[in-house]
Amino acid sequence: MLVKEKVRKTSLKKEPVDTDYEVRSQNAMCVNESTLDRPLVSNIKYGVLGIFFGIVFVKAEIVSWFRIQEMFKLQSFHMYGVIGSAVVVGIISVALIKKYNARSIEGEKIHLEPKQFHKGQIYGGLIFGLGWAITGACPGPLYAQIGAGATVILVTLLSAVAGTWVYGRFMNRLPH
Amino acid sequence: MLEWLKQPWPWYVAGPLIGLTVPALLLLGNKTFGISSSLRHICAICIPAKIPFFRYDWKKETWNLFFVGGILLGGIVAAQWLANPAPVLVHPQLAEELAAYGVTDYNGIVPRDLFSWQELFTLRGFILIVVGGFMVGFGTRYAGGCTSGHAIMGLSNLQWPSLVATCCFMIGGFVMTWLILPHILQL
Repeated sequence: MLVKEKVRKTSLKKEPVDTDYEVRSQNAMCVNESTLDRPLVSNIKYGVLGIFFGIVFVKAEIVSWFRIQEMFKLQSFHMYGVIGSAVVVGIISVALIKKYNARSIEGEKIHLEPKQFHKGQIYGGLIFGLGWAITGACPGPLYAQIGAGATVILVTLLSAVAGTWVYGRFMNRLPH
Repeated sequence: MLEWLKQPWPWYVAGPLIGLTVPALLLLGNKTFGISSSLRHICAICIPAKIPFFRYDWKKETWNLFFVGGILLGGIVAAQWLANPAPVLVHPQLAEELAAYGVTDYNGIVPRDLFSWQELFTLRGFILIVVGGFMVGFGTRYAGGCTSGHAIMGLSNLQWPSLVATCCFMIGGFVMTWLILPHILQL
């Protein structure tokens, strides 16, 4: 146990802190695993996928404030069904990708970084949960709500950007 | 067909479609699903202010901004061409409770009696629109992900820290809905 702790500490010290990958993987969930340099125009496919995703968000009323209220008041199964079935499909897909060592269409081997636990997942998770029940939206739905015509949500989005910035500014002083 | 698409989609259609976004992003370009990171990229682009957390090569992450831009466009498409003309159907008990706070308009994706440009300048509207948004941005980054990054992507990859985060999202949501939000709505 002691030895393990020692190893962990020394390995922590050795960790480079300022390389690009370290900074990116430190916190962001969307670490871009791809090391290929792609032209900007190759990003259009993600835009198309986003459009499809936004339509699903609006049509399944996942972005509806009322549906989120119903979820937290246990008045409707809808959101639990959406998230639950999405996770089941996700688990099966990731398992298949790992099993067959699938490659992306650009030929890269697909690689998933494991998540490191830190206390932020508890404190930050609770704070986000409080905000989620107020705005009725997590970050994705904010974009869809604006697109669907709730223009005042632009203010909510800017405020969320400000929240992210304040976290980045003071993260050293927060327990992790 | 179009008539059918205009109806609200059931969970067993929407959920699997959202789940398929995980392998779609991985197969398209080795990208892991996550949306709250886009907020960080916006900070990195617009106001990095020499903060280490925002000093990285955001140009490598532009795919994420294309993705969220697409979500916004998808919202426009759904509202313009696939809109269901009927108001949102909500649980009668919720409707009754909300009526007590003056929420009676069910035509919008967000309740217009609470989220509008006029409401923004009231104390209640400010808390709902500005403070709520701040907590979403601060909390997701502190937790290292949101519903997409942790609850869907993290759980799909069987990551236990993501399960902890997801449970905390839900606890926070229940506390707000049951204990705090009634006081805010009364303002």
